Amino acid sequence: MENFAYASPATLQEVLGLLSNKPGDVEILAGGTDLISTMKEHLVTPRLVVNIKPVKELGGITSGNYGLRIGSTVTFDELTENATMRKSFPSLVEAARGVSSPQIRNMGTVGGDLCQRPRCWYFRQGYGLLGTDKGKALVPDGENRYHAILNNNGPAFFVSASSLGPALVALGATVRVVSSSGSRDIPADKFFVTPMNESMREIAIQPNELVSEIHIPIGARNATYEVREKMALDWPLATASVALKMNGSTVSSARVVLGHVAPTPFEATAADKLLAGKTITEEVATEAARQALMSAKPLSQNSYKMQLARVAVKRALLEAAKG
Amino acid sequence: MPDYSWPPMNDRRVIGKRISRLDGGAKASGRAKYASDFYRKDLLFGMLLTSPHAHAKVVSINLDDAKRLKGVTAVRAIAAPGDEIQWEGAEIAAVAATSEEIARDAIRKIKVEYQILPHLVKEEDLSKAGPRAKAAGEQVTGDPDKAFQDADAVTVEGFYAIPVLTHCCLESHGNVVEWKQDGLNLWPSTQNVSGIGGDLATSLKYPAGKIKVEMDHIGGGFGSKFAADRWGVETAYLSQMSGGRPVKLMLERRDELMIAGNRPSAFAKIKVAAKKDGTITAWQSESWATGGIGGGGSPPLPYVFTEIPNKRMSHSAVATNTGGVRAWRAPNHPQASYLTCSALEDLAAELKMDPVDLFLKNLEVTARADTYRAQLAKASELIEWKKNWHPRGQGDAGPVKRGLGLAIHTWGGGGHTSQCRTVINPDGSVQVEIGSQDVGSGTRTVITQVAAETLGLPMGAVQLKIGNNSLPPSGPSGGSTTVGGVSSSTRKSSVNALNKLLETVAAVMGVQPEQLKAIDGRIQMKDNPAKSMTWQAACAKLGTNKISEMGANDQRKPEGLNSSGVGGIQMADVSVDSETGIVKMNRFVAVQDIGLVVNPKLADSQVHGAVIMGICGALMEERVMDEYTGRMLNPDMEFYKLAGIGDIGEIISHLDITPEHDKRGVVGLGEPPAIGVVAAIANAVANAIGVRVSHVPLTPMRVLAALEGRNA
Amino acid sequence: MIVVKSPNPPTKKGRVSRRGFIRGVGIGSTALGVGALEKTALAEPVAIPKTMGPEAVPVTLKINGQPVNVTVEPRVTLLDAMRNQIGLTGAKRVCDRGTCGACTVIIDGKVNYSCTILTIDAQGRDIQTIEGLAPAGKLHPVSAAFVSQDGQQCGYCTPGFVMAAKGFLDHNPNPTYEQVQHGLGGNLCRCGTYVGVRKAVLEAAKEMKGARHA
Repeated sequence: MENFAYASPATLQEVLGLLSNKPGDVEILAGGTDLISTMKEHLVTPRLVVNIKPVKELGGITSGNYGLRIGSTVTFDELTENATMRKSFPSLVEAARGVSSPQIRNMGTVGGDLCQRPRCWYFRQGYGLLGTDKGKALVPDGENRYHAILNNNGPAFFVSASSLGPALVALGATVRVVSSSGSRDIPADKFFVTPMNESMREIAIQPNELVSEIHIPIGARNATYEVREKMALDWPLATASVALKMNGSTVSSARVVLGHVAPTPFEATAADKLLAGKTITEEVATEAARQALMSAKPLSQNSYKMQLARVAVKRALLEAAKG
Repeated sequence: MPDYSWPPMNDRRVIGKRISRLDGGAKASGRAKYASDFYRKDLLFGMLLTSPHAHAKVVSINLDDAKRLKGVTAVRAIAAPGDEIQWEGAEIAAVAATSEEIARDAIRKIKVEYQILPHLVKEEDLSKAGPRAKAAGEQVTGDPDKAFQDADAVTVEGFYAIPVLTHCCLESHGNVVEWKQDGLNLWPSTQNVSGIGGDLATSLKYPAGKIKVEMDHIGGGFGSKFAADRWGVETAYLSQMSGGRPVKLMLERRDELMIAGNRPSAFAKIKVAAKKDGTITAWQSESWATGGIGGGGSPPLPYVFTEIPNKRMSHSAVATNTGGVRAWRAPNHPQASYLTCSALEDLAAELKMDPVDLFLKNLEVTARADTYRAQLAKASELIEWKKNWHPRGQGDAGPVKRGLGLAIHTWGGGGHTSQCRTVINPDGSVQVEIGSQDVGSGTRTVITQVAAETLGLPMGAVQLKIGNNSLPPSGPSGGSTTVGGVSSSTRKSSVNALNKLLETVAAVMGVQPEQLKAIDGRIQMKDNPAKSMTWQAACAKLGTNKISEMGANDQRKPEGLNSSGVGGIQMADVSVDSETGIVKMNRFVAVQDIGLVVNPKLADSQVHGAVIMGICGALMEERVMDEYTGRMLNPDMEFYKLAGIGDIGEIISHLDITPEHDKRGVVGLGEPPAIGVVAAIANAVANAIGVRVSHVPLTPMRVLAALEGRNA
Repeated sequence: MIVVKSPNPPTKKGRVSRRGFIRGVGIGSTALGVGALEKTALAEPVAIPKTMGPEAVPVTLKINGQPVNVTVEPRVTLLDAMRNQIGLTGAKRVCDRGTCGACTVIIDGKVNYSCTILTIDAQGRDIQTIEGLAPAGKLHPVSAAFVSQDGQQCGYCTPGFVMAAKGFLDHNPNPTYEQVQHGLGGNLCRCGTYVGVRKAVLEAAKEMKGARHA
């Protein structure tokens, strides 16, 4: 990796004072599980790395009537060990457990999970976020088994790597980002964006902004189901997170969000519509899963991911319906 | 001639016992030192610049900026303008610097211009290979056409594919070299302690006798670490250019996966015919493979069932712009076992026959029918085949389908050429000296067991020296020949040394040496245990003269101490989630014939490890090449997937420890149990889901495609 | 953990709110007594904190209970500092990307990948390495169990596995077989020693409990 200057301020104000408007100039270090690797690969070459772990106000999980606040430097391990999380947000706990290396769970943070770069192997080999070589898009005719099956009309074909993103979108969470000029709350579904050119990022955050915390409303039954080849140290091939507002045994409203199938967590609104007013049975779940993938369009190698995503939706719904 | 034969099974005190590996404590406490752990204040760090292109001509190399960097002590061009680069990762230049960070910075400052040339990196579609596919001549036995046309023949045709794998040694290839005025010190990561110095000497045109080689531990080799390699030669030059300071150059992980060896792929269209009773009558295979630009890889087909009466085989080697092949745990055999056993399982399914019965029916066309017959029975018993097997696809009604599969294999093994010295000192201490290496198979422990057994001493009384080229030379650890070789040479040197001691003691005791034996730390009369003296007292009789005796094993003349040729049967029990295509290992049974087993505990570990390596290859592991850019897309340990502790299920190792096998002497075990694993798992999956998945690894992508009736 | 009774609901989507910012910051901080923050946040220019590097800077680490001084550039990982400068070579560099576990150390009681932590970021933290598990000539019960159950072959992944097992057992003293499979999921072995590793972790659990009761 290139060398850089390093700062480890104790307060958020100091952190924000160090951030820069220039893309790539300053990188934020929390768990480091993605940043260190991207720096080793020269995918990012910051002038300054700012460690935010010592900033106390960025940590901690706090609960209240409205719901839960999760600080951005909360680790996966803290998330899975938190009693309120386990009681109210099994979908997030399951997604965090899915980060199946204890070391990564101890190091990786919630903010880092949202801001991590895609795992697309063309990107990681230096062909840019969009995976191009002298203008040619490498993914559509290339090795795209792990790539997007939804919202994959280009130029982006990678899949969002966020483990927590789909669950947060389904739960209607908001992401608070701060900069020296203030803060703004971004609904989780608007936090992730599909870049249209190489200069865009895959998240709606400016270079001088920092994810400070996440707010999640309590009240929906929720579940996550992940499909992955290996038990550990592997990325899911497809995931589904669902959040159901129930009226007795009937779904009053549903949010079904797929992970690892599109450049952002994918909101399967067709499934949401179908589920409203229904009682979840194997048949209803299967039909919702079918609807969720209606607009999917596989690339040359990844049609299997449609099936995996359908299974994930079905199994997540059946799990959530158990209550 | 002295009697070197192994003591009778029942008389053994140390050999055949489940003794823990002697270097286990050093390894499990982090104190074991590997080449990559070399640490000295004057150490420099070496680094390679490698080609980012699969096929290119070097136009120019400019080292100036790298040389100017503070802390850089040497910069060398390896390639020259005009050189044609044939694979990504090919060595272009090398640097040495006072820190690893500076060495990496320096590499990035080297400017290379390339002229890109067209490449071929994928070999599955043979029609795209053109002149890069070189066909070996067709081999025909009997009259295959007639046999296939026989009205009674049941014929199946299939296509089977197994990809290139890379060794992915956890300690990457590399070494430390210190090239001073008066000699060269080499600390390599090698499977070839006695031979690597000579290899380096040849490349450097430097006297082999002035090269000292030392290695305590090696972090994995699997057949890929025999030579000094280009990077070893470069490390030597970097040291020389840096005033003789030691330079450590270990490959970066991505280079390790691209250029430090791989196992060839294999693709085959296979047609097999049998009578309705299962007797195989004809075999036809059209196979191809790549092992890099030199082609390479020729699976012996049909495998094990070699004497099928009517056969036609053709094979093409495809030259691809990818890193070169190296020996990989039973070269060509895992591929051959997979191709053959898959075709035979498909035949059994077509015949509506239990594949165990099909194998039994055709054992007469193998070289060791009796061994396999017994092993099939044993493996079937351990996996409860009769209870758990069902005809293909006729298992569970639910989404999770369980299936069983089997595979067969054979391997040579034996004992490599090896020399050993046993020293008995007047103070009773014993040294065993042998220029071998312990690649993790437990060689240290095995040698010590043989010496202790021979001298009638406890393990702790034997001091072993290995891992140094000043010791008596011993062969490289390849071909499952190390334990056979070192145990034989150690047995001989220790018998010779003991006989010298017995001569001295006999004279003192007034008996003949032949009347004495060494046992339980004493020298005693064979027929009168009461007449004895302690080992210590016996050695004291040597006065001031130590005993130093050699023993040698000649690979071609094992003299009954070792032999070659083994068979094995493996069976897999899997569950497949037919909705996700995910294959879960339930159980795996490996039944192995290995002759005399010196240490069953370590032998079991070899079997477990071989099976786990096979599970990786069956379920997740493959090199992924990009056709357009010519680059490897997964030169890392994230997408070059290896099984973890939760992915392997239960593994049952059964070693055929019987007097009948034991009398063959030591055979060697590293490779054979690694052969059939992919085949057994692939067959179990076919049995579970009712359809053949043509390609391994059996990822959800391929399993689901097969279930949907399409080719992946 | 600090529990605040009523976190503020988030502001409407995407709208920049200076008031919300202050409140937002306050949410996690109220109990920390950061009332002062509200006063200073807007009124005074933020002091730019000190940055270190990019040249090498002196760093004091606490490794196995001992202070260790090194001078490193900010980019140097803890693993590389240990192996190249401090001479602690038990932790191995294998994938160098946080995907294999060979470099596992225990930091502040939890298993971490030392290839993925900057040395400078490891300051002030309690770092335990394989070298600190037991004095020379002795074996920690986890190491001993890896020997007796033969949970190793070439041994290159072993120190990382032993540390991962130690860290796991510290938090799960009485694990089931299933828990072992999940708890050791962050480490890879190429020789295929997992059968022995599984048994070793279970054996070590027994031994360590015995030791505690003794």
